[in-house]
Amino acid sequence: MLRLSVHRVLVAIPTLILVSMLIFGLQKLLPGDPVTAMAGEVQDPQVIALLRHQYHLDESIPQQYALWVGAVLHGDLGTSLRTSVPVRTLIAQKLPVTLQLSLMALVVALLIGVPAGIVSAARRGTPIDYIANVFALSGMSIPTFWFGIILILVVSVKWRLLPSSGYVPPTEDLWLSIKTLLLPALVLGASLGAQLMRHTRSAMLGVLRSDYIRTARAKGLLWPAVIIKHGFRNALGPIVTVLTLLFGELLAGAVLTEQVFTIPGFGKLIVDSVFNRDYAVVQGVVLCTAAGFIVMNLLADVLYTLLNPRLRQD
Amino acid sequence: MHKLMHKLMITAALTLATGAALGQTLRIGLQDDLGTLDPHRSSQFVERIVFASLCDTLIDITPDLKFTPKLATSWTTSADGKTLTLKLRQDVKFHDGEAFNAAAVKANLDRARTLPVSLRKAELASVDHVDVIDNYTVALALKNPDAAMLATLSDRAGMMLAPNTLANDAGVASHPVCSGPYKFVERVQNDRVVLEKFAGYWNTAAYPIQKVVYMPIPDSTVRLANLRSGALDMIERTSPSDVASVRNDAGLRLVTTSGLGYFGLTYNVNHGSAATGPWQDKRVREALSLVIDREAIDQVIGAGIFPPAAQALPPTSPYFDKTIGVPKRNVDQARALLKAAGHSSGVDIEMTFGNNTIDSQLAQMIQAMAAEANIRIKLRPTDYAAALDAARKGNFQLMAIAWSGRVDPDGNLHDFVTCKGAMNYGGYCDPKVDSLLDEARTKTDTTARKALYDAALKLLVDEQPINYVFYQPWPFTVSKKVSGFTPYPDGLIRLRDMNVKG
Repeated sequence: MLRLSVHRVLVAIPTLILVSMLIFGLQKLLPGDPVTAMAGEVQDPQVIALLRHQYHLDESIPQQYALWVGAVLHGDLGTSLRTSVPVRTLIAQKLPVTLQLSLMALVVALLIGVPAGIVSAARRGTPIDYIANVFALSGMSIPTFWFGIILILVVSVKWRLLPSSGYVPPTEDLWLSIKTLLLPALVLGASLGAQLMRHTRSAMLGVLRSDYIRTARAKGLLWPAVIIKHGFRNALGPIVTVLTLLFGELLAGAVLTEQVFTIPGFGKLIVDSVFNRDYAVVQGVVLCTAAGFIVMNLLADVLYTLLNPRLRQD
Repeated sequence: MHKLMHKLMITAALTLATGAALGQTLRIGLQDDLGTLDPHRSSQFVERIVFASLCDTLIDITPDLKFTPKLATSWTTSADGKTLTLKLRQDVKFHDGEAFNAAAVKANLDRARTLPVSLRKAELASVDHVDVIDNYTVALALKNPDAAMLATLSDRAGMMLAPNTLANDAGVASHPVCSGPYKFVERVQNDRVVLEKFAGYWNTAAYPIQKVVYMPIPDSTVRLANLRSGALDMIERTSPSDVASVRNDAGLRLVTTSGLGYFGLTYNVNHGSAATGPWQDKRVREALSLVIDREAIDQVIGAGIFPPAAQALPPTSPYFDKTIGVPKRNVDQARALLKAAGHSSGVDIEMTFGNNTIDSQLAQMIQAMAAEANIRIKLRPTDYAAALDAARKGNFQLMAIAWSGRVDPDGNLHDFVTCKGAMNYGGYCDPKVDSLLDEARTKTDTTARKALYDAALKLLVDEQPINYVFYQPWPFTVSKKVSGFTPYPDGLIRLRDMNVKG
């Protein structure tokens, strides 16, 4: 297991380098730069030239990249050109927000997706299966922003049950914090839950067809026990894979959800920074996300070996 | 009887006490997130909304655009117009306890004039030096008379920061210390700016609200939904598409006022390689102006709050030229103009615009109207930063640009249509316009100044470097819980006399 982890970390390094080059290059393809965007309504050519020079924007792109990588290797992610706040501070501020949202959405997705997937596989071809499938399809096809706005209008504006936006740290007020993120977590979790349901269902169907299930049933074991203990446990492998992949989607979905519910997290930070061409922030945040994704994949590999004893031959 | 009086008094006292306790937090939904909090470096309109409660200016304006005392109690201009002397309030403290005086004014104006990254340098370019006459009198020695100086001092250049904090630029940008009725508490980027009442304010009784929270929510639908759910108490820049539903909502009030800015189409007549095409002929520019049905735009897209415009100055300005009428739509005349210009088969032009809902609707509607006169507009939507980049590099043919407007007419004209204007993206250049607008800057007599603006506006109407389409309104939506809100043409939210019921 240790060797696997070390190997994975080593493989992660070129991935991160590639990601950093990609994000650096892609940003430069966008017209405009942070200084022009920042100048906004008051365009003073002298100030623009001065700031360009100050932020090394007048140098060649490879030079700028080298400067940035050099700083990152020294642990300096730079400062937001727009607000003069260090990128590290921004990440420390926003990461917990998005993590909490993602975690809550994941719980929602698991609560919806896994039971629905198991039931619809076990009751394959029955009305329950069809209904679950219809819900899954709707969950996947309804746009996040639309679902979000509808939920705000119904739950927050009409019924006044939950807050419509914002974020309260759990350290300040745990209950209010959960309440504030409930709607966004539901929106984000619903589409993930739908995908999870589809994957759980097909994994379960595959497993339930296998010989040992038939044997277990033939031995007279109760159907629920067969499904959970023999069926679901063996279907977990593919489900865990999907879950780690979904983590990426979770972050992508957070971008939209955070916009609709005005949650000051990673997603909102990234979108606003792209629009303001705040290069340092975009680079820092994407780099951080990529690293997180790699860690998630590593975790998945470790989980496999825990779930499947056959992989534990070190 | 005596007992009854007693009871009444207790009730009254209790009501007052609860009223004061409830007049607490005002939550305002903004359209954009703020950039810097340094008034001298600020470039966005939305920052001015927060500054309005945080940083008092030397001079203020009234809703009908007259200048009124703020930190300066009175001012006089010397006979030659080259010295502006300000008398200052003597009871003002900065949020850190420092006293406000003439030396503080000098320190602030000097920073605004000399800080390399200051965006106030152009506004204060006419200031030669600042003299401290006595503790509460300060004199601005000008290189030449500057008619816009009072307006300048009523905006960001006239905002006073605590002198002890001026040396630390990063500090000013993240935690400004001023002398306004509210002091800075915290700012979470993309989330909120929080201000709380400053107990040492000289006019603290006029500000019953204890705490103000500004929350940037760019999407207008979401912003309104938050107001309806009670998460906000008021929002700025209500979308025209929501105007009808706000008017039908018993819990909300639409408060709208015509602003100082405009929405216009700027032609690239002489800026870079893209400045070649039929629109270099003024008849083509006039033809497009003639096919735009400004009334229809006001009704269809603006829900009646986009008043048609045909000049850079708003009707509220004393320099507004009444003789310039808004052109009635006339497709035949537009076709005739194109024919006269040698384009009987029509012209092609690409229009760059911001890819937000309103600008996209405007672009499409103008495209459809122009097509009737054979002006074929190709639409090029871009995000804001890309549009600014294209504007600066001259990488456009026709660009839809909105300007938030300034109190002084100079702020709506000089930078946009003089040969070297910093925001003259189209490169339009007419020495006659330049000399008129330059001279207007130095005339402090309103009548003489108006004559110059009238002449310049006539030239601009004839040349049409910019087709003005409508005046920017400032549509606020306020919860019925909020009282005492007065809209100003500059679009800022002044919290004086405002209160929130619980």
